[in-house]
Amino acid sequence: MDLAVFLSGAAFYVFASAAIAFAFMVVSARNPVRSVLFLIMTFFSAAGLFVLLGAEFLAMILIMVYVGAVAVLFLFVVMMLDVDFVELRQGFLDYLPLGGLLGFVLAVELIVLGASWRVSEKAADLRQAPMDKDQENLRAFAEVLYTDYAFFLEAAGLVLLVAMIGAIVLTNYHKKGVKRQNISAQVARKAEDGVELVDVKPGQGL
Amino acid sequence: MADFFAQAFDTSTPLGWSVVTLLKVLGFVVVLLVSLAFILLADRKIWAAVQMRKGPNVVGAFGLLQSFADFLKFVFKEIVIPAGADKIVFVLAPFLSLVLAFVAWAVIPVAPGWVISDLNVGILYLLAMSSLGVYGIILGGWASNSKYPFLGALRSTAQMVSYEVSIGFVIVTVLMLAGTMNLSEIVEAQAGGFWHWYGIALSPITLVMLPMMVVFFISALAETNRPPFDLPEAESELVAGYQVEYSSTLYLLYMIGEYLNIVLMCSMVTILFLGGWNAPIEVAPFNWIPPFFWFAIKVLMVFFMFSMVKAIVPRYRYDQLMRLGWKVFLPLSMGAVILVAAWVVFVQGAAV
Repeated sequence: MDLAVFLSGAAFYVFASAAIAFAFMVVSARNPVRSVLFLIMTFFSAAGLFVLLGAEFLAMILIMVYVGAVAVLFLFVVMMLDVDFVELRQGFLDYLPLGGLLGFVLAVELIVLGASWRVSEKAADLRQAPMDKDQENLRAFAEVLYTDYAFFLEAAGLVLLVAMIGAIVLTNYHKKGVKRQNISAQVARKAEDGVELVDVKPGQGL
Repeated sequence: MADFFAQAFDTSTPLGWSVVTLLKVLGFVVVLLVSLAFILLADRKIWAAVQMRKGPNVVGAFGLLQSFADFLKFVFKEIVIPAGADKIVFVLAPFLSLVLAFVAWAVIPVAPGWVISDLNVGILYLLAMSSLGVYGIILGGWASNSKYPFLGALRSTAQMVSYEVSIGFVIVTVLMLAGTMNLSEIVEAQAGGFWHWYGIALSPITLVMLPMMVVFFISALAETNRPPFDLPEAESELVAGYQVEYSSTLYLLYMIGEYLNIVLMCSMVTILFLGGWNAPIEVAPFNWIPPFFWFAIKVLMVFFMFSMVKAIVPRYRYDQLMRLGWKVFLPLSMGAVILVAAWVVFVQGAAV
């Protein structure tokens, strides 16, 4: 067998099994901070899978956005939590029946879905669709995203903008009567405004 | 034997490619580490000179071997791990810091073809790796299980995440001008004399790009926790921030990672705004100097500015730091993106 094909196949299995193993560790880890760390490793494995698919742009964006920003915020919040491990384990038995039932239902659904899944005849053709080798990954993305899907891109941007403004409005709270720093007033201030030289005659005062 | 060597250095075969890449990586690591020892000394010497001191001058001639003496001192000290610390994460964090600082160098082109991996999305890779740098600090601070390191780590995370945003926008302006994300191509787009370099180009766009270079430089200071933005390790408030509990080799790893990141930021300024390995004027005495030396000279110049800032400027207050990042640099760099986009479409596009 060709070495390159063998290597990419082996890499796929390494990344895929690592992703599953780390995802399992996310839910099984006792310490929430460790959970976030395993989540980061899961993101990395997914990024590796993207690279194997030839989508290096997506891989970089995944690392930048999810690992570089989202997971940092997770970590930020989780670190601030005052986690009492004894208290965490106390409710375990009470919630076990409900949790077990939910898990069972989900598992049945997955099995039913997997058993009834039929692979389309055309799926193989789709997978083997010839990729333009000269075309850069990035350029290929841009040419689709900013032409055919330009409206959807803008719409998604607007939705995000509205969400951001909403979050700011919800959390922005101006307390009355607090002295705030006015940078422009500080910078515009001159020596004449602040200091007044007075010629005080002795024995008279002001 | 000769046959074997011919095969081992033939990059078209898997074996040859691995051997050549391994040698390249080795070369980068050795050159970086050795130059880092002297860059560190230069930093201290410049700092000392500004304060009219002599600086390190005992070990070796003019103190040239001071960094190596410090290295030995760090390595031979005892590693102290606090009792309440998360041991695995505590030891892992400095290694993470160092490794992330090294891997970012994989896409930095120091001369034509002198690059480990000439990625098409090189800039994105750099951004991704520099955004990961925050983990080394936040994990170190958290794993110490101590108040000051934790506060330092939180400060540092908020600071690095804030300034990454404006760094990203500044990079977008350069990307639009160069029309590529490949770092080598960005440098080649600036070939032909210093009036083509994006930072100081002789065209109206300089009015936007020169301020952007300054914004990038200042954001780089904040991103690498350098003074005047060294609040994560502000000794007057937090003892030494996230590094309080670290000693010996683990501390050394943090320090090497920090300086590697600083030199990386210097080389990013060089590549994005100062024409990378290109000579300022393509005539006789200048183009005799090999491209690598031009790159090194520019990086050292930018580093000199980094040290001078450290020596001259007092530390920022934390709310002022956040204000500078979010209320000054972010709108400024977003405006620059709009201006440069308009320039690329209406002026450059109209000329073609």
